[in-house]
Amino acid sequence: MMRRRLLPRPLLSFSVFVVWALITNAASLALLVLGALLALVVPRLTAPFWPQPPRLVRPLSALRFLAVFAFDIVTANWRVARQVVGPLHRLSPALVEVPLELRDPFVATLLASVVSLTPGTVAIDVDRRNWILLVHALDAPDPRALIAEIKQRYEQPLREIFAC
Amino acid sequence: MNPTSEASVAALIVLGALFVLLGSVGLARLPDFLTRLHGPTKATTLGVGAILLASAIFFSSGGSAAISLHELAILLFLFITAPITAHLLAKAALHRQAGTSDEVNAETRADDGHQAPD
Repeated sequence: MMRRRLLPRPLLSFSVFVVWALITNAASLALLVLGALLALVVPRLTAPFWPQPPRLVRPLSALRFLAVFAFDIVTANWRVARQVVGPLHRLSPALVEVPLELRDPFVATLLASVVSLTPGTVAIDVDRRNWILLVHALDAPDPRALIAEIKQRYEQPLREIFAC
Repeated sequence: MNPTSEASVAALIVLGALFVLLGSVGLARLPDFLTRLHGPTKATTLGVGAILLASAIFFSSGGSAAISLHELAILLFLFITAPITAHLLAKAALHRQAGTSDEVNAETRADDGHQAPD
C-alpha cells in the first residue's frame, strides 16, 4: 500500500531513472540522487496524461520482442537498401489496411512506431473507431502476406506483453 | 585505444555512413512522396544507430575508465521521434491527396521552382 503511494508507476519511474543515468553518463552520485528524485516526481506530474496506464505483464517477452525488432531492422535495412539502388519499376508500393485485434491506444502507438521504424513500411494512420492500421509499404506484391506478417510478428507479441 | 575497438569503430562508421547515404539515394531516386518517406526512416534506424554505437565504443575506450552511454539516450529519443515525423508527413500527404500518381510528381516539381525557404 505504502509502495503504491510512493511509486504509483514503478516502471515509468524506472525508465525515467535509466534515461537520466544515460543522459548524464551516471557521472556522479549527486546526479544519480537527482535522477532518483526525478523518478519520484515525474510520474506524478505526468499522471494526467495517462488515464489508463499500460501494464507490462511479460517483461521477458518484451526483451525477446526487442531482439526480434533489432534483427528485423537490420534485415529490412539490407532489403530496402538493395531495392533503392536496384531497378525501381520492379517495386510495387501499396497502401495496406491492417485490421487490429488490440484495443489500447498506447499499444497501438507502439505498434505503429515499430512498423515505421522497420524500413520498408510506414504507419500512416490508426483508425481508432474501427481499429485499422493504415500502412504504406515500399514493396508489397502480396499485401495479405504483409498484413499477416505485421499481425503475427509484432501485434501478437505486443498484445501478450501488455495484456490487451 | 586497442586495435580491435579501433577497427570496430571504423567499420561501424563506414557502415552507418553507407546506410545514411543509401537513405538519401532512396530519397532522391524514388518516384513519389510516400515511397520517398522510406529513405529517411531507414537512415535513422541502422545508419545513425551504427554511428552512435561507434561513438559509444570510441569514447568508452579512451584513456579514462568512464564508459560513454549518452549515445543510447540519443538512439532512444530518435526511435521515439522518427516514427512520429514519418507519421505526420504521411498523414499530411494523404490529406493533400498526394497519392502515388504521376500528377503528384509533376506538382511537386512545379513547386520546386518558387519554393522559398520559410
